[in-house]
Amino acid sequence: MTTMIRKTNERTYPPGRTRPREADQLGKGRREIWPGSIAQDLDVAIDRGTLSPAAAFIAGAKAIVPVLLALIPFGVAFGATATDSGLSPLEALGMSVFVFAGAAQLAALPLLSAGASVAVVVLTVLIINLRLTLYSASISPHFRRLPAGWKGLLAYLLTDQAYAATITRFEDGETREPDKRWYYLGVAVAIWVAFQAATVTGVFLGALASGGWSLDFVLPLIFIGLALPAIKDRTTGTAALSAGVAAVFCAALPLNLGLIAAALVGVIGGLVAETVTEGRRK
Amino acid sequence: MSTLALWLAIVGAGAITFALRLSFIALLGQIEIPLVLARALRFVPAAVLTAVVIPLLLYVNGAVEVSFGNERLLAGLAAVLICWRTRSVPLTLVGGMVVLWTLQAIGVGS
Repeated sequence: MTTMIRKTNERTYPPGRTRPREADQLGKGRREIWPGSIAQDLDVAIDRGTLSPAAAFIAGAKAIVPVLLALIPFGVAFGATATDSGLSPLEALGMSVFVFAGAAQLAALPLLSAGASVAVVVLTVLIINLRLTLYSASISPHFRRLPAGWKGLLAYLLTDQAYAATITRFEDGETREPDKRWYYLGVAVAIWVAFQAATVTGVFLGALASGGWSLDFVLPLIFIGLALPAIKDRTTGTAALSAGVAAVFCAALPLNLGLIAAALVGVIGGLVAETVTEGRRK
Repeated sequence: MSTLALWLAIVGAGAITFALRLSFIALLGQIEIPLVLARALRFVPAAVLTAVVIPLLLYVNGAVEVSFGNERLLAGLAAVLICWRTRSVPLTLVGGMVVLWTLQAIGVGS
C-alpha cells in the first residue's frame, strides 16, 4: 500500500510537519501526500484513483458498515409486516429484490392487502420513490463514461444510503471513474445484501409472531422516523401539514387513491408556501 | 389480490423504481430536471410520509377517532416525541411498539 502511494508522490514534506493542511481541504490541490496512518493512505489512494478494483470495493463496503445498522430495521420491519399482511416469504423477498426501496415497499403493503389495483400500487411506489431521480441526476456525472451495463447495475443499486455515502467523496476528490464505480459497488452491494438478509430475518420474525402483536403498526412508526427529519422549515412543514389534513379527508377515496391525492395536495401546499415566503422577501 | 396481480404489482413497482433510478444516469447531458419539478420534489418526502402516517393513526375501523381510547394515536404521538428527542428510527420503532403493547395490555382501547 505504502509503496504504491510513494510511487505517485510528487512532493514530500520535512519530518516533524503534520499532514499538510491543503490535504484536508476537500477537492482542491490535493497533490501533496503526507505518509500517515494506513487509513489515511487508503483514503488518499482512493482519491487519487490508485486502488485496485478489489481494494476500492472493499473500502466502500467497509465504509458503509455503520449505516447498515440503521438500515436493517427497515428490512426487518418490511419482512415482518409483509408476512403479517399475508405475503408469502417468496413474495416478500421478491419485492425486496425487485423494488429494493424500504419505504415504498412498506407503503405498498396496506394497498396490497386491501386489494388495490396494480396501477394504484405502482403509482404509489412511483410517488414515494420520485426522490431517486434527484440522486440519479446528482450522481450521473460520475458515471458518465461507463458502459450501459454498468450504468444499469449501479442505477439498480441506487438508494438513499448509497447516494449519501458516495456523493461527498465523488464531488470532493479527484477520484477516477474506474475507482468510483468499484467503490460505489462496494457500498451498494453491502447495502443490498444487508437489506435482503434483513428482509428474510423479518419474514421469520413475522411468522413467529403470527398476528396478535400489531406488527402493522411498524409502518407508521418507521414513517414517523422518516417524516420528522424531512420537515426542516416552514415550507416543508406546510407540505406535511396540508398532506396530513388532506390524507384524513382523502382516506375514503375510491381505488385507494387517497395517499396519492394527499401527497399531491401536500406538494402543492409546499410550493404555495415557498412562493409566499419568497414573495415576502422581495 | 390474486397471486398473479400481486406479482404484477411487485414487478411493475420494481420496473418503475428502476426507471426512476436510471433516469438521469442514462440520459445525462440530454435533459435537465425542469425547475418546477425540482422545486416540487423537495416537498415530496415531507408530504407523502405524513400522508401515510396520519390516517393510520386516526382511523379506527374505518372511522376517525381522536380520543384517549385510540391507543394507536397515543403510541404514535409517543413515537413522534421519541423521534423528535432522539432522531433515531430504531429507538422510535422500539419505543412506539412498547407503548402500543403497554396500552393494549392495560386495555386503554377496550
